[in-house]
Formats: sequence, structure tokens, C-alpha cells
Amino acid sequence: MAAEHGRKWDRCLADTAVKTVTGISVGIVFSVLFFKRRTWPVSFGSGLGLGMGYSNCQHDFRSPYLIHGRVVKDQ
Amino acid sequence: MLRVCLRGVKATARKNSGRTRLTNLQHNRGYTAGESSGASRVVVAGLLTVSGGVGGTILYAKWDHKFRAAVEKNVPYSEWLLGLALGPAPQDTGLPIKKRMESLQPPSMMEKQMRTPTTKPEKKLKETAEHPAPDASSALVQSAQSIQEASAEATQIISAISEVQSVPAPCDTEAAATGREDCKECNDHTVAMEPTAVLQKTDSAGTAEPLTERPVEEVAARLAQQDQEENNVVASVSASLEDSLASSAQATLQAIGAQEAALQAIGQHTHKLKEAMEAEAPSEEKSTQWKDLETALADRTTSMNVAKTALLKANEALDSLKSVIDKSKGLKVAAARPLILAAEENLHKMVVDLDKVVSKVQSAESEAKIVAQYSELVNEAKQQFHREVSSLTPEIQANWKGLTGKLSTDDLNALIAHAHRRIDQLNRELAEQRVREQIHIDAALEQQKLEDQKALEKAVGTALQHVKEEARLEQEKKLAELREVIEAEMRTQLRRQAAAHTDHVRDVLKVQEQELKAEAEQVLSSKMLEQETRYRQLTQEQLDNFTLDMNAAYARLKGVEEAIDSHVEAEEEARKAHQLWLSVEALNYTLKTASAESPSMPLEDAAEAVRASCVDSDFALALASALPEKSLKRGVYSEASLRARFYSMRSLARRVALIDESHNTLYQYFLSYIQAALLFESQQEAPPTQLHSEDLDAFKLLSYASYCLEHGDLELAAKLVNQLRGEARRVVEDWLTEARLTLETRQVASLLSAYANAVGLGTTQAP
Repeated sequence: MAAEHGRKWDRCLADTAVKTVTGISVGIVFSVLFFKRRTWPVSFGSGLGLGMGYSNCQHDFRSPYLIHGRVVKDQ
Repeated sequence: MLRVCLRGVKATARKNSGRTRLTNLQHNRGYTAGESSGASRVVVAGLLTVSGGVGGTILYAKWDHKFRAAVEKNVPYSEWLLGLALGPAPQDTGLPIKKRMESLQPPSMMEKQMRTPTTKPEKKLKETAEHPAPDASSALVQSAQSIQEASAEATQIISAISEVQSVPAPCDTEAAATGREDCKECNDHTVAMEPTAVLQKTDSAGTAEPLTERPVEEVAARLAQQDQEENNVVASVSASLEDSLASSAQATLQAIGAQEAALQAIGQHTHKLKEAMEAEAPSEEKSTQWKDLETALADRTTSMNVAKTALLKANEALDSLKSVIDKSKGLKVAAARPLILAAEENLHKMVVDLDKVVSKVQSAESEAKIVAQYSELVNEAKQQFHREVSSLTPEIQANWKGLTGKLSTDDLNALIAHAHRRIDQLNRELAEQRVREQIHIDAALEQQKLEDQKALEKAVGTALQHVKEEARLEQEKKLAELREVIEAEMRTQLRRQAAAHTDHVRDVLKVQEQELKAEAEQVLSSKMLEQETRYRQLTQEQLDNFTLDMNAAYARLKGVEEAIDSHVEAEEEARKAHQLWLSVEALNYTLKTASAESPSMPLEDAAEAVRASCVDSDFALALASALPEKSLKRGVYSEASLRARFYSMRSLARRVALIDESHNTLYQYFLSYIQAALLFESQQEAPPTQLHSEDLDAFKLLSYASYCLEHGDLELAAKLVNQLRGEARRVVEDWLTEARLTLETRQVASLLSAYANAVGLGTTQAP
């Protein structure tokens, strides 16, 4: 379990990093191609990436405590 | 790369802000109160956003009740605000309505379901009803048939029984009937049939001595059979006789009637002929007479034919009746005799009547013949005369009597001359005839005598026959009667004799039996007594001696056996205990083979050895099988390795101390890390005897556990670690399982060794 904790962190950070970089690069591409070299697509992309990574990370850490419920009909 | 990007962003932001500042400055040149307006603008913008946010939350809270509840929980004083704005929070009414709707639906569907299953059982019921109906009907038919069969069988049985039962009663008459034919058999039967006879050997029959008495039932059955046969034969004979009698009677009656009719016809015919011959009636009447005569002749012929055929039939019938009578005589059945006699009498009568009638008819016929001849002659003469007259006088008509004035003198003369000639001729003939008369008469008389004699002889013969027949019949009748009478008398005499004999013999036998019995019993009892006493004496002596010896030997043997057994048992026990102790020591040793990092050897072999050495002790067996599976397969860790692991694990547990089921965002993780970094607790702390609720903090628990481990108390340490909750618990889970495994195994091993020691101590004998 302790090892699992460590592994989770590794996955998390790697994933976030990848997503952020991807976001930045997509932002750069968009900024260069469509938005006249403004900075906001880049920051938007990086934000997206960071956010996604953060969310994934949180879900991963939460996953043992998540309860998956189903609606059971009366019949 | 991130920093580069950030720098780029900052640069662009600065540029932008720079541009805006320039524009602002430009704007500010236009507007002198720009700075104050900018600050106010910011304030206004800020107020607007805040109010917008509050309004938005209020509106959303109004729409979504869950959001409202969340807001009220998290933000202080929001309840007051929201209550002010929207009114109190509404209760949950939405869901139950939905539930009710749903619940309403299912009953309807359930009803539909109910309806379809009910139709199915109904169909099934109908089918089963149909099937049982034909089954029932067929069963009824079958039962009816069976009832009928049963009833038929019952009637057969009853009739058979009745027949069988009825046999013994009329045995006398049957025996009498059969006695005439099979005398010997009859005697035996009658003898055996006597219900009072016990053992009967009559010498009258002259049969051999060991003639086994046939059982009554067999005899009865045989007699019954015989009776039945006789009855059948009699019935058949009587039936045949009756039939033939009836038919012959009919035929004879017919024949007699026909003959009488013929007789009458003949009589009529002759009478008419005579009339026609003698009477001198006018021509019309003559013709009618001749016609009547012809009809009478026709009648006569037909009646004669009918009579002939009837006679033939009657003769045939009588012949058949005779043959039947002969046959039935040939059967020699006594009971049919009177019938036969009666039939013979009837036959005789019929024959007699028939003969009488036939003779009458014959006489009438002969008369008629005479008259017919006479008439023929007359006719012939007449015809001849006619011819002569016509030849003489052709033109004159036949009926010459009626002529008076038509004839000429020549004719008359001729006629007279003819007549004279005729007269002369006739006179001559007459003279001739007179001469020949006597001769003819003699001849005719002779003939008549002969014929009369013949007829007489015939009549005498038939009459004789009849008389003979009658005499015979009478004789037979008398014989039959006499026989019956004699038979009955004989029977009664025999019965009396047999009864007397049986009574006498029975009495004698009884007396003898009793005497002999008494004697024999006496002798037997005395002898038996003697023998008994002697025998008892001897056996008693022998038994006493024997028991004495046996008891002594047995007691000694028992003693020896006990001593040996106890020795053997004790040794066995000691050996077993020793073995058990050895195997437990082996187990302990394997436990010790755990090194710092790797687990011990698998305990399977050692456990097997322990099990083998404690087969009879349930306690030890239970313990041996209580070893956990994993320890058997993989082995256990030593306490030292667990301790080492604990420390690495402790730091990790500290770091995630704040994470549990509900608080588990990444921010919480960050806070938890900071807490671990900033919180300092003592490395080891002695755990109190009682744990309070504030002691359940992760850090404290870990320090308690560490203290326990340092002092070698793995169990308490495991217990304390077990109190961790949340993510910290998850992190230390596998350490905990390992610790449990080790503890379990050690406990079992220690118990086993204690048991082995105890047993060993118990079984060792003090020297």
C-alpha cells in the first residue's frame, strides 16, 4: 500500500506534466495560426492541461473511496 | 519550458497593460477626472460583480435546492440571507411523488402479469378436466365392463357353488340312476359320500383292501359331472324326440287329412259319374254334368297327388322318428326311458291311423275303378252306336232322340232294319255271353279269392304287428316301474346297513383310543421322571466343578492382561508425546529461519509433521489445522523485519494523516503534507492502559506503536496500528496483514508447544 501511494504520485505528476505541455503546445499552435500570436491561447491551453491533470490526479487518489451507486427500481 | 512560457505571458501582459496605460493616459488627457473615475469605476465594477454573484447564487439556489443546501452548509450566514430572499427551505416533496407514480405503474403491470398466468392455469385445468373426463368415462366404461365381468364371474361362481353344494343332497337318485350302469363305481361313491362315515371299507363291493377313500369333494364333483352329462343327454334326447314327434305328428295329420280329402274326392267323383251314367237328363244339363264330372275328376287327381305326397312325407317322418328312438335306445340312459316309451306309443298310434286311412282310400279307389270301367264301357257302346247310326244315316244329327218328323220312310225303314239287325246281333252276343258267363264268373271269383286272401294276409300281418308292438311297449313300461321300485328299496336297505356299521365302528374305536392313550401316557411319564432326575444330578455336578476352575483361571488372566495393557499404554503415550514435542520444536525452528528481509521457509512440512504426530488428539489437530494458509505456503516474516518496515511506513502514514473518505482532494493532500512537516511528536511514547478518543489521532497512535515495537510487543503495536483510519490505514494495510499473520502463526506454535510440553510432562514417569 505504501508503494501504491508512491506509484500514484508518480503517475499523477507525469500525467499532469504531459497534459500541461501538450496544452501549451496546442495553445502555441493555435495562437500562431489563428490568433495573431496572442498570449491568451497559450495560457488557456496550459490552464486546460493543468486542470485536466489535477482532476485526473484527484480522481486517482479518490478512487478507493468512491462509491458507485446504481438506482434500483422497485420491481 | 513552462518558465519560458510564463515569461512570454508576462511580457505580453506587460505589453498589453502598457498599451492600456497608454490608452488610459490618452483617455485621461481627454478626461481630467480620469483617475477618480477609474477608481470609482473599479469600485462600481467590483460592487456589480459581487452583487451579480450574490444574485446569481440566490437565483440558482431558488431553482436548485441541493445547491442551496450546499451553500447554506459551507458559507456562514447564508441561511439567513437565503431565508430572507426566498423563504424557508422547502421540504423534499419532489421525489416521493415520482416514487408514487412509479409505484402506481407497477401494480397495473403486475395485474397484467397476473391475468396471463391465471389464464394459463385455467387452460391447464380445462385440459386436465377434459382428460379426466374421457379418462373417467373410459374408466367408467372399463369399470362397467369389469363390473359386468365380475358379475358374470360371480354368477358363474355362485352357480358352480350351488351346483357343487346341491350335489350331496340328491346323491341317492343320481347314484340310483348311475348304479344300474356302473355299479361298482356307484357303490364306492355312495360309500364315500355318506357324511357320517369316517372310514368305510365295505366288503359288498369286493374291492381290494387299500382302497383309498376318495375325498368327498372329488366324488361330489364326479357325481355332479355325471349328473350334468346325464341331464345334458336326457335333455338332448327329449328335445330330439319331441322334435321328431312333432314333425311326424304333423306329417301324419297332414297325410290323414289329405287321404280323407282324397277319399271324399273319390267318393264325389264316383257319385257324379254314376249320376251321369244313369240319369237321362236333357242335353244342357248333361253337358253341365259332364263338366262337373271333369272338375270332379280333376279334383280327385289333385287330391290323390296331395295325399300321396303327404303320405310319403309322413312315412319319412315316421322313419326318422323311429331312427331317433333307436338311437336314444342305444344311449341306454335310464331317465329317457319313459320318454322313449311315450314316443314309441305315439309312433305306433300314428302308424295305425295312417294304415287305416290308406286302406280306406284304397277301397274307395277300387270302387272308383269299377265305376270308371263301367262308365267307359257304356261310353264305348254309346259311341259305337252313334257311329253305326251316323254311318247309316249320315245327314241325321247325333241327338236322334229329338227327331220326330224329319226322317223319310226310307230312312225310317233303314233305321228299323238296322235296329232289327242290331237286336239280332245283340241277342246272339247275349247268348254267347250267357254261355261264357259262368266261366267268366268262375275266373273272376278265383281272382277275387286270391286277391282277398292276399289282402287278408296283409291285414292280418299288420294287425299282428300292431298287437305285438303294443304288448312290447306295455311290457317295457312295467319293467321300468318295477326296476325303480326295487332300486329305491335296495338303496334304503344299504343306507341303513352302512349307517349302523359306521356307528358301531366309531364307538369301538373311541373306546379303544382312550384306553390306549391312558396306558401309554402313564408309562411315558414315569420313565421320563426317572431320566430327568438322573440327568439333572450329573449335569449339576459337572457344572459346579467347571465353574470353579474357570473363575480361577479367568481372574488370573485378567490381572496379567491389565498389567501388560497399562504398561503398553503408558509407553505408547510417552512415545507419542515425545514425537509431538519434536515436531513442534521443528515448527518453531522453521519460524526462526526468517531473515531480515525475506520470510521464513514455508511451514507446510513442519505442519504436516505435527499433524502426523498428533492423530488422536483433537485439540492438537485443530491447532495444527488452524495455521493460516499463507504462512504454510509462503512463510512468515520475523519481528525484526516488521519493525524495520514499520519505520518507513510510519513516515508515509504521517504524511497522509489528514486524508479520509470525505476529505480527499489534492489540496487536502497538500495540507496533510504541510501538517506532517510542521507537526512534531515524540518518537516513542508509552501507550496508556486505556485509550481515550483524543488518543486516536494518527501521530499519537504511531508513536505508541513504535514504543510497543521497540519493547517487543508486536501484538499491541498491531492493535494500535489497527486504529488508524482513512488513507493512513490504507497505506499500512499490508504491514498489518503481515503482522497479523506472524502473530497468528506464533500463537499457534506457542500453543502447540505448550500442549506438547504438558503432555510430555504428564506421560514421563518419575524414576
